[in-house]
Amino acid sequence: MSNIGSYEERLKDFDWGIAKEVLGWEDGELLNIGHICTDRVCARGQADKIALIWEGFGDKKHTYTFDDLRIYSNGFAKFLCDRGLKPGDRICIFMDKIPSLYFSFLGVLKMGGVAQPLFSAFGDESLEVRLESAGTAAILTTRKHVKKIRKILDKLPELKHVIVVEGDESKLKGEEVFFDVEAAPRVEEFDAYEATPETPSVLHYTSGTTGQPKGAQHVHSSIWGQALTASWVLDLRDDDIYWCTADPGWVTGTSYGIIGPWSLGVTQCVLDSGFTCARWYQFIQDNRITVWYSAPTAIRSLMRDGVEPVNAHDLSSLRHLASVGEPLNAEAVIWSEEVFGLPFLDTFWQTETGAMMISNYPGMPIKPGSMGKPFPGIEAAVLDLKTHDPIEEPGRVGLIAFRPGWPAMFRAYRNKPDIYRSKFAGAPEGAKPDELRTNTDLWYVSGDRASIDTDGYYWFVGRDDDVINTGGHLVGPFEIESALVEHEAIAEAAAIGKPDKVNMEVVKAFVSLKPGFEPSGDLELSIMNFIRKKLSPLAMPQEIEYMEKLPKTRSGKILRRYLRALEWGEDVGDLSTLEDD
Amino acid sequence: MDEMKGVVLEYIVDEYVDEDDDVEVDFDTALISSGIVDSFSMVSLKIFLEKKYDITLADSEATPEAFDTVTSIVELVNKHLG
Repeated sequence: MSNIGSYEERLKDFDWGIAKEVLGWEDGELLNIGHICTDRVCARGQADKIALIWEGFGDKKHTYTFDDLRIYSNGFAKFLCDRGLKPGDRICIFMDKIPSLYFSFLGVLKMGGVAQPLFSAFGDESLEVRLESAGTAAILTTRKHVKKIRKILDKLPELKHVIVVEGDESKLKGEEVFFDVEAAPRVEEFDAYEATPETPSVLHYTSGTTGQPKGAQHVHSSIWGQALTASWVLDLRDDDIYWCTADPGWVTGTSYGIIGPWSLGVTQCVLDSGFTCARWYQFIQDNRITVWYSAPTAIRSLMRDGVEPVNAHDLSSLRHLASVGEPLNAEAVIWSEEVFGLPFLDTFWQTETGAMMISNYPGMPIKPGSMGKPFPGIEAAVLDLKTHDPIEEPGRVGLIAFRPGWPAMFRAYRNKPDIYRSKFAGAPEGAKPDELRTNTDLWYVSGDRASIDTDGYYWFVGRDDDVINTGGHLVGPFEIESALVEHEAIAEAAAIGKPDKVNMEVVKAFVSLKPGFEPSGDLELSIMNFIRKKLSPLAMPQEIEYMEKLPKTRSGKILRRYLRALEWGEDVGDLSTLEDD
Repeated sequence: MDEMKGVVLEYIVDEYVDEDDDVEVDFDTALISSGIVDSFSMVSLKIFLEKKYDITLADSEATPEAFDTVTSIVELVNKHLG
């Protein structure tokens, strides 16, 4: 019997208070995610249970108990307080998936700071934009990544503390500080900050069509949503060995790679090593992983390598598989059922929603290729593209939307109240974020399109904007275009997503060159590597098309949608605003 | 063969390894599985090989395993050169 039991039964009289029952919560307990995932688990008799099995490249392996997690998160919390950092300060965590990432994330929350995890493959420009927007006070990083911070430190007056947690201490520069929590004296006791349900906890940056990335602010009460969905959708149980493949630089890696499983006291595994099919299967075999939460891109990569490597490993420990990041195609679901004896269950949610919103559930019949049904307690709909009225007609495509008020919902876009308001259909002019997130007459509009079939299953159609979903990560075209025109050869640029079998979409750039530059293979490589280093490998165009001139409106705006429609073989729509040429 | 290895190694060091990185890269250093080159960045490496050696590598050949060391990359390129 799964944790959720019957999905249909759970819909009846649902109340989010059941999350507290799942956690065994008692009135008066301290609501602080860092405390709940460590101290509380230990206090409930699981101090000696393995919390983290970590493997890195080259046979490195370490295991940590929940008591280790408690001590090392205390260590970070105390260190940060001793440096003068205060509750509410934004503290960035910028490192690979090393154990200190997990300890420091929990330590920041314990001392009341706002954890701002960033993907360690970001280049210096991506990093600068996000640190500046957040007004980040401190950054925790490693020797490998600190050089990116050195390049931008002068431009970030609010960034007062650069703390290196791993590597060679003797190579630090300037006012950088070294702190190796595992070598430091053990901190047995730390009084975790008494957060309220609305105290900010995690700040994740997400990309949009226009402008720079936006910081989606989450709060400590998000844990009710993350714990309950981890229990009912991921079906996590006390004896599970769980593997979430996501990087905590993205929301999946924190909501379900830290908060959900550890609030439930579940053992989880982390593999900090590049992707190869054989390595992943070996990791599952060696650690007897039972529940695996991954992404369609990875699943399609595994499919490409076929059944032979599957058969070469003992994967019989697996009992439940789930997927997130982009729509999971029917072929991948069918393939996983054939080769693993288990289907990957698709889940849909976003940085902004903080927790799963539409899912397939253990025990519920699966329709391969469908997103599943709304989580109990989530009122979902697809809205008419123009009127924003809920669509009643099965199969008609509209905008996926949710009634505000679920626990893990983002509370603001940092310093961008107007953009936050624009996400709510029917929002009154001038309404404040707190009024919007509690107004159940409104709809939060996700930016994705879907239809609902006669059985109530949701079917993903695509984005409603120009944001590129590559390998499950959203990349904003504006950020790429801004960086492209910094290349010495580029006069104008447009970035779109082009179809890709494995990653769903990859970035394609259209560029016009400055006088004196000619298209060539060398230039193509130069542009690709320029963006890879400046922004990230995800943002790197995988194809570059040279154009004499980019299509524009009469007002001079580049017509990205026109280029995208041509690339996807879609109707280019109304071209009446196209510049004459 | 060794000359090609040298060219590929030089490109990888120039493009993927920072000056002050503590990593030594040789012909048999793991590139993908160690994280020196991530799977997205493999595309620029693939294009470099295609342009440099005037070959076309199918996506099915450009796997993380085939790109994991300079030696395996050069073997793949040589298959195409005959």
